[in-house]
Amino acid sequence: MKLPTLREVGNEAKLLLIGIPVFIWTMIPIYHMFLFAISPKEDAFSGKMWPDHPTLHNFHIVFFQEHYFLRDFWIQFWNSTVIALAAGALTLFVATAAAFSISRLKVPGGRWVMNLALFTYFIPAAFLAVPMYRTMGNYGLLNNHWSLILAMVTIASPYAIWVLKQASDKLPVELDEAATMDGATTLQLFRLVYVPLMMPSLVAIGTYAVLLAWNEYLYAFLLLSNDREITLPVALGNFLAADDSPWELLMTTGFIYALPPAAVYYAFKRYMVGGLTAGAVKS
Amino acid sequence: MAITLSGDQAIASPPLSSRLTPAQVWGIVLLAPYFLVFLAFVVYPVGYGLWLARNPASYVALYNDPIFARAAVNTLIFLVIGINIKMLIALFLSGFFAQQRPWIKWLSVIFILPWAVPSIPTILSVRFMLNPEWGMVNHFIFNLTGDDGPNWLNDPTVALAMAIAVHIWKSLPFWTLILLTGRLAIPHDLYEACDVDGANWWQKFRFITWPSMQTLYITCTLLSMIWTLGDFNSVYLLTGGGPADLTHVLSTLGIRYLRLDQLSLAMASIVCAMPFVLPLVYFMMKRLSR
Repeated sequence: MKLPTLREVGNEAKLLLIGIPVFIWTMIPIYHMFLFAISPKEDAFSGKMWPDHPTLHNFHIVFFQEHYFLRDFWIQFWNSTVIALAAGALTLFVATAAAFSISRLKVPGGRWVMNLALFTYFIPAAFLAVPMYRTMGNYGLLNNHWSLILAMVTIASPYAIWVLKQASDKLPVELDEAATMDGATTLQLFRLVYVPLMMPSLVAIGTYAVLLAWNEYLYAFLLLSNDREITLPVALGNFLAADDSPWELLMTTGFIYALPPAAVYYAFKRYMVGGLTAGAVKS
Repeated sequence: MAITLSGDQAIASPPLSSRLTPAQVWGIVLLAPYFLVFLAFVVYPVGYGLWLARNPASYVALYNDPIFARAAVNTLIFLVIGINIKMLIALFLSGFFAQQRPWIKWLSVIFILPWAVPSIPTILSVRFMLNPEWGMVNHFIFNLTGDDGPNWLNDPTVALAMAIAVHIWKSLPFWTLILLTGRLAIPHDLYEACDVDGANWWQKFRFITWPSMQTLYITCTLLSMIWTLGDFNSVYLLTGGGPADLTHVLSTLGIRYLRLDQLSLAMASIVCAMPFVLPLVYFMMKRLSR
């Protein structure tokens, strides 16, 4: 084995000088959340970097809903799950159909709709929230899970359509032509040729939409208010309203809430990074 | 519910003309779901919102509300200072993550976490860290210096700086990743040629890296500005707009009016944000729909 030269050691040291602060900066809020989650109440506020008596008791309290702040924890967890999955499925359906129509069928006006979608993508979601809240009221959907699902579909589809259109433009036209020659109908083309070829992009977009809906706070807290209808982030936000909130339980719940998206992200990382960064910025 | 996503309406409508091929008819049917979503949840709300904001009196009231002026200034600070700091760090870090080292690969996997986890628990975690009495940061300062740390969220300037820091914490990974993609696309032999000519790192950056990444960098900065205008969480969850409503930005201001049941003011404040948004959107549309 060759010993590293002085220059290599110096280079490595310079990189570490960047890497260590980056690591600390990234991890501190997450570690702090974890620290609260495993600290008994007395230890949580002591400012120690590691509790004297780490415990899983907080998780026990959350899972068995043993605090009045948490009495609907599992219902809220379920609400978050259902809304995220429904928003993901609907977004996939709406966006795949639109991308297929625009990119493969060259529908008249397709490009126009594409630009409208792109325009929506650039309207900051917080600005659309106020009018959306009012119109959801007009539709009579407030406090109904559909309001949040449809709002998330509205927000996720433009980007989804755009990414899927970019991806499907890259598929060779000859495939469609060959299938048509063999007598495939348009729907068969969609089902048997297009969807299987687009799978990696579809996984990326589905994951994107599910995570977007699971993580959404603003729309969720505007559109849902009833304790048994709200999603987990809204429940977490409600902790803030009280002066005597059990912070260690809040952080435990937050930790549990943050785990699924992190797990999903890492499970689909291959697709996410490829599919999303490729579409995110075209230069 | 008024909306069906199956696209039945499009089938029921009479054929536009006999010139449409079956494929095009299917095209219209498959485009219909998104089009309906767009009509019901973008066109109608925006139109209705503009109608609610039609009264000039709302704009006068908004103009006379000192919180509005403060929010506009805060938004500008967020955009001009916050975004530029973030993008410069992202540009720098993309160079760091481009280095081929096993430990840097591992670090990049961890580095993505802030982007992958939801904002609310992490921002609340920062909020507790900054608590003046029992927060981890002031504990740390006390142990180090024996003095009490500052009351982080009680001074509007510091609180806004913390909100910007939270925003950077959350979105830095995404932009670093995008810029890293751009950086890795630069042909390697350019750098090798540079090495032969004896260029230093600054010359390599100045004459190769920057010219290749300039367009991408500017696009990213603009896109980041648009999204930051809509970043509600960083400010709302960290400071709640406080102290004394001095850290609001335009995106939290609309929601504040909404909660106070002043809907026309809420809409008017969003209309007032449009001069910030529309030029950016126009520019992005031109770039992306080429």
